[in-house]
Amino acid sequence: MTAQAIVAGQPRAAAGASLRRSRRWALIASYFFLILFAIFFLTPPYYMIITSLKSDAEVAHLATNPWIISNGVTLEQYRLLFQGTDFLIYFKNTVIVTLCVVAITMVVSVLAAFSLSRMRFWGSGILATGIFLTYLVPDTLLFIPLFQIVRWLGLLNSYWSMVLVYPTLTVPFCTWIMIGYFQSIPKELDEAALIDGAGHLQMLLKIFIPVALPGIIAATIFAFTVSWAAFVYPIAFLFSADQQVLTVGTVTSLIKADVYKWGMLMAGALVAAAPPLIVYAFLMDYYIAGLTAGATKG
Amino acid sequence: MAEVALHNVKKRFDEVDAVRGVSLQIPDKEFVVLVGPSGCGKSTTLRMIAGLEEVTSGDIVIGGDVVNDVPPKDRDIAMVFQNYALYPHMTVFENMSFGLKLRRIPKPEIKARVEKAAKILDITDLLGRRPKQLSGGQRQRVAMGRAIVRNPKVFLFDEPLSNLDAKLRVQMRTEIKRVHQQVKTTTVYVTHDQVEAMTLADRVVVMNDGRIDQVGTPHELYHRPKTRFVAGFIGSPAMNFLPTRIEQNGEGLIVRLSEALAFPIPATHTQRYRASVGKDLVFGLRPEHITEPRGEARDPRCEFTVTLDVVEPMGMETMVFYTVNATEICARVEPSAASGPGQPMRLYANLNHMHLIDPATDLVL
Repeated sequence: MTAQAIVAGQPRAAAGASLRRSRRWALIASYFFLILFAIFFLTPPYYMIITSLKSDAEVAHLATNPWIISNGVTLEQYRLLFQGTDFLIYFKNTVIVTLCVVAITMVVSVLAAFSLSRMRFWGSGILATGIFLTYLVPDTLLFIPLFQIVRWLGLLNSYWSMVLVYPTLTVPFCTWIMIGYFQSIPKELDEAALIDGAGHLQMLLKIFIPVALPGIIAATIFAFTVSWAAFVYPIAFLFSADQQVLTVGTVTSLIKADVYKWGMLMAGALVAAAPPLIVYAFLMDYYIAGLTAGATKG
Repeated sequence: MAEVALHNVKKRFDEVDAVRGVSLQIPDKEFVVLVGPSGCGKSTTLRMIAGLEEVTSGDIVIGGDVVNDVPPKDRDIAMVFQNYALYPHMTVFENMSFGLKLRRIPKPEIKARVEKAAKILDITDLLGRRPKQLSGGQRQRVAMGRAIVRNPKVFLFDEPLSNLDAKLRVQMRTEIKRVHQQVKTTTVYVTHDQVEAMTLADRVVVMNDGRIDQVGTPHELYHRPKTRFVAGFIGSPAMNFLPTRIEQNGEGLIVRLSEALAFPIPATHTQRYRASVGKDLVFGLRPEHITEPRGEARDPRCEFTVTLDVVEPMGMETMVFYTVNATEICARVEPSAASGPGQPMRLYANLNHMHLIDPATDLVL
């Protein structure tokens, strides 16, 4: 190495040190706030787990520390929940409703997005915007006219009405996600497929769906979450326990007037939250890739 | 394999006439290049042959059948796109075999065809990879492979080399020519690069503003352009144009470019230009025909001295620029003969290669 290079190397080393120092501070700040956030968001689930593992006596005893289990761990709350309430019926109803809603949503929104983004037809642009606008109407407004429709169809107090009304929330948003995703697929890809001999259906099944898989998974997760967690529609349209879904069923059966069965409520909330948690854990990467698609894909 | 014919084909997009009546006969096995500036309608013409755009009026004939209303998949064509358009979720093998699978060709035959095409293109090692793992040149080869395996009547290329760097472009150009010599499929190739057009084509079709200006072999277009546009478009650097007037000079004719600059028209050309005496015309001469004085048979009256503005050494030759009547003129000279910028230089105009253009019609006389 020449003398000049050595001299030139010194300021660079100094700059490197200051870079390292500023990086260290950035990391410290990041960790601090991330830990703060984690504590903030993990406290409620922690409280739920702790409470669900306590006996009713311990929950009711005001002198004990609510953050720890003093009188021993018990699965009594879970046993009571599964055997003494209609929780399993709610769970089954929710699974049926959610599976149907996800299936309907994905079929409708993938087909709609494909036609709106790829088949040029009169008014397709306005239609695409119109679909998004319907998503902006909140369900707290929609449930009144929907109540009339559901009653007219004779589906009041049947969980099949949920299969009908949840897609009004899920289809617009999922279609919108999918339109964005399909539009990011270069036009030449369909033209190549057309020339290769694919029809529109083959193009959709063999090219668009595999290429847009992250977007489709993101949309699926969204539809799943919405129909699993919806509250307004079931509380408005469903009255009897055998038709009820988890969100409303857990609350109505475990809160009697001013008597809160805290242990079972927490156990029920935990079991109800498990499926979305599992789905998220496995598909989170796809979900993020799907939502950020348009940003970086050329 | 088949011949392709276009009969007065037109295409209108809303208010814009993209193609204004194109007629063209492409015999079997010919390599035809459509060339022109962007927006001249060349890509639209190709896409109409492919069936990706509908024809507004006129007929497209492939292998004797009018295919105006035939969908792309039934036209038996294969197309290579500028951005390759490979299916990103499929391996190279799957990309190449996709069209064959859709046509329900038996698996052993698919395998044989893909392997044969891969061998031609030297991509046998890449068959298991996905497009993301390939370089630009390799992707282009795969796109060509996808076209070759189909064994179609016609190959269509839409600016296939525009995304490659300069060196790879030259390499792939040779590759495309070699593949065509092997498979001999009728080919229509679109490019805006006139060098690509000249090197690849059996015949070049020069398009301008939605119309065909001229169809001919590269040699014809270079030496006998029919319009000012073709004269200026073909050849790099472009032909020099100067306003001029033809004057009678005894038995012969002279072309006057300025007060001080006039050249005698060679005797072989006088008959052709005699009727144009006294008219305002445009004189065209390629840079390669303005050189340092060279050749035994040169006419000393065609030598002149200029002051150079810019000198661009290219290695095997040097471009020199000077102005005549406020128009920049380019000449190609021997590197050793070039003087520096601001210096005078003696040049020679070889008028055996001159063109005269009627500015009213833009036709070459």
